[in-house]
Amino acid sequence: MDDSQTSLGRRGFIQSAGLLLAGSVADLAWSKAQAAAKIALPFANGERPLVAYPQKRPLMRLTTRPPQLETPFAVFREGLLTPNDAFFVRYHLANIPLSIDLTSYRLTVKGLVSKPLSLSMEELRTGFPTVELVAVNQCSGNSRGFVVPRVGGGQSGNGAMGNARWRGVSLKAVLAKAGVLPGAKQITFKGLDAPLLPSTPEFVKALTVDQAFDGEVMLAFAMNSTDLPMLNGYPLRLVVPGYYGTYWVKHLSEINVIDHEFDGFFMSKGYRIPDNDCGCVEPGTAAKTTKPIGKMVIRSFMTSLDDGAAIRVGEATLVQGIAFDSGAGIREVQFSQDGGSSWVQANLGEDLGNYSFRPWNIKLRFTKAGPHELKVRATSRSGEIQPLNETWNPSGYRRNVVESVRVVAL
Amino acid sequence: MRLQLAVPTLILSTLLSHVAFALTITLPEETAEYRIGPGVDLARSYCMGCHSADYVLTQPPGMPRSFWEAEVNKMKKVFGAPLPDDQVTPLADYLVRTYSVH
Repeated sequence: MDDSQTSLGRRGFIQSAGLLLAGSVADLAWSKAQAAAKIALPFANGERPLVAYPQKRPLMRLTTRPPQLETPFAVFREGLLTPNDAFFVRYHLANIPLSIDLTSYRLTVKGLVSKPLSLSMEELRTGFPTVELVAVNQCSGNSRGFVVPRVGGGQSGNGAMGNARWRGVSLKAVLAKAGVLPGAKQITFKGLDAPLLPSTPEFVKALTVDQAFDGEVMLAFAMNSTDLPMLNGYPLRLVVPGYYGTYWVKHLSEINVIDHEFDGFFMSKGYRIPDNDCGCVEPGTAAKTTKPIGKMVIRSFMTSLDDGAAIRVGEATLVQGIAFDSGAGIREVQFSQDGGSSWVQANLGEDLGNYSFRPWNIKLRFTKAGPHELKVRATSRSGEIQPLNETWNPSGYRRNVVESVRVVAL
Repeated sequence: MRLQLAVPTLILSTLLSHVAFALTITLPEETAEYRIGPGVDLARSYCMGCHSADYVLTQPPGMPRSFWEAEVNKMKKVFGAPLPDDQVTPLADYLVRTYSVH
């Protein structure tokens, strides 16, 4: 029971008395206690209420309208796949669909195609081969609250990410049926979530034709073997493996093939990073030129230990965690129990595919009492490695610095 | 006989079509409110239309005036908030005074 203190430290601790944020907590206890429950993320103004939304267990609410909900970090120690009812939620515009009737729902494919399509969910499910893939969906601004100096925007901890088994049909197959014509340059994606004012830009994202035809981009109708929750894009969402969540358009309703570079706000002004190798600039400065955010950068986390955990001297403790990149796959995970002075290789666990969380573990044993700093650093099969020192960009995107956890040996 | 069968069949098919073909949710109530202070009426009038107050309440403390001015201008020019020109500075004043306490 006393792991309520040790298990949540740096990722936040529950402030309501008697409520544990452990995976085994009964749903009933959750719902009874949730009215008063909060998690304090370890940065200024980081207190978040835990609120239960439809089809969701209580999650950390960042904003109400439109809803943005963060997954409490302790969920990531429950298993490799993030449960649908704990999966984070992020909308941009307040006019979100609250009721969807599949008898009238259609996905249209139009623009530079030889045969425009209007497909029901039934036609999508039965008219194309089913594909399945485990992939991480991570918000571009995941961990923004840790960025120093602080930047404006959604102040997420580390829980604006999740790993799910997505099932649907290949975008390539649907586009092939529509017949993309010569001269096509980009393909745009729009969902049913919409602005409230006609003067507000719609949330539309674009992929290049090459990206759209890479064979892995998916129109997903199922998540972890069941329908998508409404707040995660029911009945159909775009899954762009390896790319930040901004491209994973929810409630997908319109695919438009165009002959130019799309210039809508959420491509040409929003979701852009400095146009250089690190995607970073000197802290506090602006970027001279920018480009749309794209593939995820490599990350790793410890999930079994949090800041302030107490460990007995001489006792073996199994440290567990996850690592992921944009699809090369994880080659190795290095672990340090001395603040980064020396590193040892962790064991890699079950491989659910290159776009999935990859679990890792290592046995930890301290010979001396006192404070210790643990660090974890992943390297991908393409040689991408996490930076030891944090980089900065004005929007607080793509954080991937090596994570540290401070523990005490007693 | 035919009539007796028809009624339950209709109910069943209605139920089935509801279960299989529609999903409806109800969101929790919105409770976040702007903090009281000179200018709070501007935030209530021009910001609450498109987003809840927690979009502002959760920003980092101590952000500079330039941050709030840029936000107000973005909401007006890019997101189309119907904020009159002469209310841009008063609204930024409220945000700086209320949410940028050092």
